[in-house]
Amino acid sequence: MSRRDYHGIVVTTPVTVPYVRYSTHGPHRFLAQALDSLLQGSGLAKEAIDGLTVSSFSLAPDTAVGMTQHLGVSPRWLDHIPMGGASGVVALRRAARAVQSGDADVVACLAGDTNRVDSFRLMLGSFSQFAQDATYPYGSGGPNAMFAFITAHYMREFGATREDFGKLCVAQRANALRFPHAMFRKPLTLDEYLGARVIADPIHLFDCVMPCAGADAFLVMTEDRARAAGIPYARVLGAIERHNAFADDPIMFRGGWLLDRDDLYAQTGVGPDAMDFVQTYDDYPVIVMIQLEDLGFCEKGEAAAFVRRHTFTHDGSFPSNTSGGQLSAGQAGASGGFLGMVEAIRQLTGAAGERAVTDARFGLVSGFGMVTYDRCLCTGAVVLGAA
Amino acid sequence: MTMPFMRPPKKNPILRTRVPTLPPWTRSRVALGLTAAAAVGRFELQSCDDCGTVQYPPRESCHQCLSIALRWSPESGEGQLLSETRLHHSNDLFFRERLPWRLGLVQLASGPTLMVHLHGDVPAAPCAVRVGARLDRAGQAVLIAFPAEETPHMADDPQLREMTCDPRHRKVLVTDGKTAVGQALVRALAKAGADLVWVGEAEPWKKSPGLDALSDLPCVTRVPLDLTDERSVLQLAGELGGKVDILVNNAEVHRPFGISARRGTEAARAEMDVNYFGLLRLAQGFGPAMRARGADGQAGATAWVNLLSVYALSNFPPHGTYSASKAAALSAAQCLRAEMRAGGIRVVNVFPGPIDDEWNQTLPPPKLSAEGVASAIVRALRDGVEDVFPGDVAQEWFERWRESPKTLERELAQGGT
Repeated sequence: MSRRDYHGIVVTTPVTVPYVRYSTHGPHRFLAQALDSLLQGSGLAKEAIDGLTVSSFSLAPDTAVGMTQHLGVSPRWLDHIPMGGASGVVALRRAARAVQSGDADVVACLAGDTNRVDSFRLMLGSFSQFAQDATYPYGSGGPNAMFAFITAHYMREFGATREDFGKLCVAQRANALRFPHAMFRKPLTLDEYLGARVIADPIHLFDCVMPCAGADAFLVMTEDRARAAGIPYARVLGAIERHNAFADDPIMFRGGWLLDRDDLYAQTGVGPDAMDFVQTYDDYPVIVMIQLEDLGFCEKGEAAAFVRRHTFTHDGSFPSNTSGGQLSAGQAGASGGFLGMVEAIRQLTGAAGERAVTDARFGLVSGFGMVTYDRCLCTGAVVLGAA
Repeated sequence: MTMPFMRPPKKNPILRTRVPTLPPWTRSRVALGLTAAAAVGRFELQSCDDCGTVQYPPRESCHQCLSIALRWSPESGEGQLLSETRLHHSNDLFFRERLPWRLGLVQLASGPTLMVHLHGDVPAAPCAVRVGARLDRAGQAVLIAFPAEETPHMADDPQLREMTCDPRHRKVLVTDGKTAVGQALVRALAKAGADLVWVGEAEPWKKSPGLDALSDLPCVTRVPLDLTDERSVLQLAGELGGKVDILVNNAEVHRPFGISARRGTEAARAEMDVNYFGLLRLAQGFGPAMRARGADGQAGATAWVNLLSVYALSNFPPHGTYSASKAAALSAAQCLRAEMRAGGIRVVNVFPGPIDDEWNQTLPPPKLSAEGVASAIVRALRDGVEDVFPGDVAQEWFERWRESPKTLERELAQGGT
């Protein structure tokens, strides 16, 4: 049986609950603000939301189930999506199918986390059983060391340099200066990037995201419903996900996108060349490069040369992470997996303000989540089109 | 190239003693298999009985064929260093105090990818390495990659030293200098580079020529110590307690026979008084100060060694009351191990088979020499091993006991050894 496409499904109402470095509030508060913003932004009544997905690290012991009572909603379709940086893409896929099948009419996809002063450190040791048993005892206290391995290996194998990574970080900071919710408000120069203190060689300070608190959300519904309600929307043209790909690679240098990109572009009907912007998942810049390769923008090992050819700014060549990405906007836990999605919807619905990519018609959003041991396990991507 | 570990400068007594911190301790139950092997000096990984896959991190089932028939099997540790990093930042207190810290990612020849501590002599990636399992300061197994070939002063690598208890430049108390094992221990520790060896001497009016001979060693100091006398223990602890880096409790009373061959409980009581209560008295006297000094400089307090017996595992009826006292001591040592963990002090239990001394006169060989026991203890300290079974007899008993404690009990009841 051939797979059904996503025709007729749209995403709308990108919202961001402004990020803060630390918060004493629970994640429920940020998620509630996200839902409230969705209702205000769409003009829909709370009762119209009959489907809900929730992504959050700090929500435990609650899940999406507990959130329904917190929020006072009674959806007829519910999903908890604990997939970190892949949450946005995966939530969209789940919600799109629910709407297509009639299990729900309007799905609210929420992601948010709080960040207490000590909560990041406390989360690291209990992130996964493999992390607890096989990485946390080695002292890195988080993914820095693992991505240092991946980065050092990638640099050695493919000739990427710190200047290449720095170019991405500097370009994203330039984009962030035009995104009102970005945590980093000062320009970043390449010299500042190169001179930053070392965290886990070759990872330096500006290669790392800053944990913070906040939330992002969007709605999924049919195109007919969005048009009838007068809600600006972007079309879902194609979407892929994959988990634990290339498990036999001794060290990560490629991701699941490579297995599914042909499928993605076949669904979409246009190839990578047609993309007007790309929102990659940027937990560390090396992963951006791997995505550029695996999603077909350049060949394996050629991302560094690709980076040297483009500007990555919203107004330059190959606009990428136009709201600054997590490296400059901050990483509000699972919200990091939504950041690119809400930005892509903004770009395609004319809501990107002064960082708008001119005449954007097609945008790609990529997700990457969950380092349970030595690599990220969840990959996904979606192509959105303007109405 | 590792620099040889030089004698640390004398401690300024006015300065604050660093409070011991531990690396992360929590493990899943299945991951403790790695610790169980490392505790006896082995590196074992899960391998699948059905398809032969070797896997890591430990799991509840084979990730290839989903079989649950997993076995912890010896692993050569040969592999390739794929990538490395040097941590300059950590959220963990233990590592924060020890930065920078070198880590590596290794693919074993047998398949799995491992995150490892990286010995300083391992060259830049990619290169061949040999991975081993060690107990860290928290007493849990971690993996460390060594250079494929031996290098000079390998044991002095600062990261490796956090996983071992090398006697070099440390101050050691040996609780009984009157036995052959005690004297061999003093010699072995002196040879291993201990700065100071205090040698306990009970009833000093009874002359001991072997002990007198040790007094020629410049690092040796004889101290009065009678484990049956709480006052004696506490007095010595008051004098030395804050200085002892390694305590080796080798004092023991050993009388043959089981329950019915000798009337009364005098001999059994004497055994318990030294072998069990003596350990308790020592632990109460010396334990707290040692535990507080677990991070006291580069050669701070590090290990507590108990000379037990392989008879502690299962009673050897011809030496029945002695076996019982050693079983009691083993149980107390497990309690001590749990309590000393907070200071990162390793409790090493030594389970020799019969030692070639007067109390084992009627047992057939093979029997352990005193020197053999002593060198096994020094080796255990250097390797950071926690349970030691020196000699062929002990090794064999240990295997039989692991396989089936009940079978071993029956064999011993039938007079088998």
